[in-house]
Amino acid sequence: MTVEMAAELTAGHDARPVYRLRRVSKTFARRNIQALDSVDLTLTEGTFASVIGASGCGKSTLLKIMAGLMPPSTGSVILAGRPVTGPRQDIGMMFQQATLFPWRTTIENVVLPIEIRDGKAAARSKHAQARTLLELVGLKDFADVFPNELSGGMAQRAAICRMLVTEPAVLLLDEPFSALDELTRDYMNMELQKICMQRNATAFLVTHSIAEAVILSDVVYVMTPRPGRFAEAVTIDLPRPRTLDMVTTPRFGALVDRIRSHLDRGSFL
Amino acid sequence: MSQTQPFSGQTTAQGHGADEVADTVWTEQVSLIDRIPRSVAMTGLFAAFLAIWQLTHLSGLVSPIILPSPAETARDILFVGNNLLTGDYMLAALWVTTKEVIYSFALAILIGFSLGVLVGETVFGERAVMPYLVAIDTMPKIAFAPLFIAWLGFGIASKVALATFIATFPIVVGTAAGLHAADENARMLFRTMGASRLQTLVKMKLPSGLPHFFTGLKIASVGVMAGAITGEFLGGGKGFGELIRVAASQLDTPRVFSLIIYLSLLGLATFGLVVWAQQRLVFWQKSSVVGEPSG
Repeated sequence: MTVEMAAELTAGHDARPVYRLRRVSKTFARRNIQALDSVDLTLTEGTFASVIGASGCGKSTLLKIMAGLMPPSTGSVILAGRPVTGPRQDIGMMFQQATLFPWRTTIENVVLPIEIRDGKAAARSKHAQARTLLELVGLKDFADVFPNELSGGMAQRAAICRMLVTEPAVLLLDEPFSALDELTRDYMNMELQKICMQRNATAFLVTHSIAEAVILSDVVYVMTPRPGRFAEAVTIDLPRPRTLDMVTTPRFGALVDRIRSHLDRGSFL
Repeated sequence: MSQTQPFSGQTTAQGHGADEVADTVWTEQVSLIDRIPRSVAMTGLFAAFLAIWQLTHLSGLVSPIILPSPAETARDILFVGNNLLTGDYMLAALWVTTKEVIYSFALAILIGFSLGVLVGETVFGERAVMPYLVAIDTMPKIAFAPLFIAWLGFGIASKVALATFIATFPIVVGTAAGLHAADENARMLFRTMGASRLQTLVKMKLPSGLPHFFTGLKIASVGVMAGAITGEFLGGGKGFGELIRVAASQLDTPRVFSLIIYLSLLGLATFGLVVWAQQRLVFWQKSSVVGEPSG
């Protein structure tokens, strides 16, 4: 199956494309490295897509371009009908580190994007909504404590709330749970699925865990390095909602094998 | 048995008599210094210091003019204390020096912070201003004292100028280092939120840099004291440094000692004020005056 076909397939019948990347390339002129070579990607509304690849394959570069943190060398990035030319308020981002600020309480951290965008008064008026979000991720009782009282998993849950508080059109997730221990990560992945399904969120996840990509995604793009390009788009046809015990099913194993075979061939040369 | 179950020997009894020895194989030994409370250790060291002082005095090897006896010094400490408490001329002198310290510390914070932001936040500051600051900082700043006295006279202004000059640099360095301390994740997060440069500075870089800023302030608080007293030694005036200079010129060594002790209280108060402010403002970082941060 080609990348184009997969993109059309996940597009479904009437689902609206949210993100559209056309022939996006990135060359770092100074070091003469081609990080991305002509990447095409269409994300439709409500789709959870992942990109998987070895370290240095260009997936972080791709995410930065999508987030408007870095311009592509050539190609176009369109989000919700408008070209991305810089950081956008309809993009929610999450990183490997929660990066909560220790001088703000949890809830003040959650409403920070609102404070940046619309000022302190607007942020205060969002407190009720932020509390609802914190309740959703099980942090209701920790809204008014400072982050040094939160565990790693709790901090990442607060970071999820901070990402959602602006009600972004798309979620860009850069290995969000890779710094957590495995038990917490499994739990967080299920939480993330729940949140995405509730909100019909469009999400794009960068990861180097095959199991994580498969359990969360509708489609997994396998990326090979130098130059970074999509080797294959693997459609994940496991039923939703996904559960952790699906990892033992033959279908799950087959999908993981399929993805791994691409990574083995292209990634570690 | 030990060959078939290689790990059993350490946890279970090896034959008879093992129960008696098991409890005493390896227990924690608390060293002597860990068992002595800090106050006792400090008092003990002070007592030893006094004893050596007294013995040196009794031996007659050192002239009493150079090294007075502990008792003589203690008497003078009480005399100076009484003078200060009754609001006599020494209190007026201490107030002059205190004013110099307050003015110069405030000025150093103002100038140091502004220059620190300029250097830490702008390319112009980093490329054009910083090299000059480094060059001036490497000079022995006390050597500028005669210049300040020539420009500003023998009054309080020349002392304030010297103390400010000495204390500004650590604050510049602390502020600039603090602005660079914010980690890459925080910067990226602020960029994705579309924060302006001013918002990034005020809401992220400055608070992240506060610990560095306070490190600079602590060094500066010591610097203003040194600057004010040096200024008084070299430029006269009505401050505490002048009292010390006069006492020393009259070979009144006990007086020099006791004045220094009261002067150190001013230094401690300044330093303590900085530590207090740090604990209030950087409440998320629990650090003590001595020892490494905990938590």
